[in-house]
Amino acid sequence: MAPTMTDTVESRPQIAALRVSDVAGGQRVADEFDALPSKLTVKNLDFFYGKEQALFGNSVEIKENRVTAIIGPSGCGKSTHIRTYNRIYELYREHTASGEIWFDGKNILAPGTDLLDLRRRIGMIFQKPSPFPMTVFDNIAYGLKLHFKLSRSELGDRVEDALRHAALWDEVKHKLKEPGLALSGGQQQRLCIARAIAAEPEVILMDEPASAIDPVATAKIEELMERLKSEYTIVIVTHNMQQAARVSDYTAFFYEGYLVEFGPTQQIFENPREKQTEDYITGRFS
Amino acid sequence: MIEDGTIAANDPARASSARFPVPAPSPAERRTRRRSVARRRFVNKVVTVGAWTAGAIGIFFMGWIVLTVVRRGIGAINWAFFTELPPGPGDPGGGLANAIVGTIVITFGAALIGIPVGFFAAVYLAEFGRNGRIATAIRTITNVVLGVPSIVAGLFAFAILVRPLSHYSGFAGSVALAFIMLPVMTRTAEDILNLVPNDLRESALAIGAPRWKATMGVIVRSARGGLITGAILAVVRVSGETAPLLFTALSSPYWLEGLFGQSGYFGGPTANLTKTVYDYATSPYQNWQDLAWGGALVIIVTVLGMNILARLIFQRGKEWH
Repeated sequence: MAPTMTDTVESRPQIAALRVSDVAGGQRVADEFDALPSKLTVKNLDFFYGKEQALFGNSVEIKENRVTAIIGPSGCGKSTHIRTYNRIYELYREHTASGEIWFDGKNILAPGTDLLDLRRRIGMIFQKPSPFPMTVFDNIAYGLKLHFKLSRSELGDRVEDALRHAALWDEVKHKLKEPGLALSGGQQQRLCIARAIAAEPEVILMDEPASAIDPVATAKIEELMERLKSEYTIVIVTHNMQQAARVSDYTAFFYEGYLVEFGPTQQIFENPREKQTEDYITGRFS
Repeated sequence: MIEDGTIAANDPARASSARFPVPAPSPAERRTRRRSVARRRFVNKVVTVGAWTAGAIGIFFMGWIVLTVVRRGIGAINWAFFTELPPGPGDPGGGLANAIVGTIVITFGAALIGIPVGFFAAVYLAEFGRNGRIATAIRTITNVVLGVPSIVAGLFAFAILVRPLSHYSGFAGSVALAFIMLPVMTRTAEDILNLVPNDLRESALAIGAPRWKATMGVIVRSARGGLITGAILAVVRVSGETAPLLFTALSSPYWLEGLFGQSGYFGGPTANLTKTVYDYATSPYQNWQDLAWGGALVIIVTVLGMNILARLIFQRGKEWH
């Protein structure tokens, strides 16, 4: 039986409901889902690259202090989707988004939003580690100096704190005055995580954070995510399904700009409701 | 013995080429393949020889020019050359010190105008304007001005600074040079800034930095090496220009003195190396001609030195990447 990727737009399944009550053990999970506060609520998000629409009516709830994974084949809109959360797409003139994203009682897609504060509270880690062209210390201090008034000693303490949180302190404590770019790939990525953490965000967005680094470093980062979960809300985009299954609590499956299914990770991987999800999980197309 | 159309596979002396043996071709194939391989080898040889020859011709003539200048000019280089005023025609001794000082001052003045303006224009084009209408217009104009002959720059400065004030000045010379320097700096700086990967821009913004801070503190900093190189190269480009100075700074046999007096930077003609070389080389006096050769040598050595400096800085800047 051919997979459904050749379906026309009209025959695509409607946006998956957020209730998961028709799954074994689902009622308990559903209760937890309802009881947990939502950090970010996305309603009917559309995204356009110029005239071309890339996201179609996405609606999802990102739960506080949980890891939400976004999976799907290449080019399905996963990265595009999370880039709307901190409005980083606005760097490019032709990219536009419409719909609502509710964060802390406000719609962050509305025109009057304070972007600097938004980006402090919703931090982002990119696929390619991009340390600033400065020393390790200055990389972390950059964000701190932007948002907080700190004395020299306080600054030093906060930098150490952020590096410890990112499990990087022991490796760089004697290298603080070296250029950030001199670190290895995995270390650079953890430096970027430390940099984001230093600004005291509430949400951390990760756009395929481990796809450009080696497996050992990847394991360290996944371990890090598990520890960070208790203090931050994490949304991770990954094309590595095993990673999604390992680290996340909730998973959203995207296909060609549509949010096809969203639910607890266990349910998505063991008992997906949509055929497309099942086809993707079992590797019939990627 | 490997069944193969080429000789190399069967020659033990060239065993390395046999590492990837080609499967044995059929007789029909063998005929066509043998022809095409030989033909490709021949064309390869022709083009390689051609490229080397062209390179050799270029180097030969450039070497000839440099050697001639060195040979004719080295005799004029002595301590006096760098410290004394030009002598009268036929008189012994003297130097081109005032011209050297004048060139340094005029070029520095041009850099003060051209480099910052070019830099900020490039920042606008690369970071803010991007593909907008104003930015595209600016780019087009910059490209046009880039191609304008340098004498037109001189005429422009003549029209706005020399005619109205009725006197030549070193400052007018600087303005003319800046006119040439500006599009060079803008183009180079914009290209360098465009090399900075978008990931870095997004990282800086994602941490909550306001646009201007992200641009200056992170992106410009990242492009530092390239920008400095671009600035040095822009300066080098104009330091050897003569035409713009012909009717702006003109030249003078005296020291540069002060700002507004007869021999001042803003007040009167200022001696400079290139115009002096032109005047003395076309004069009928032997000692002046010798001094002209010396001046030409100084120009070449300076341009070479600054090019090397620019390259060194660029290499060091690369360590940050």
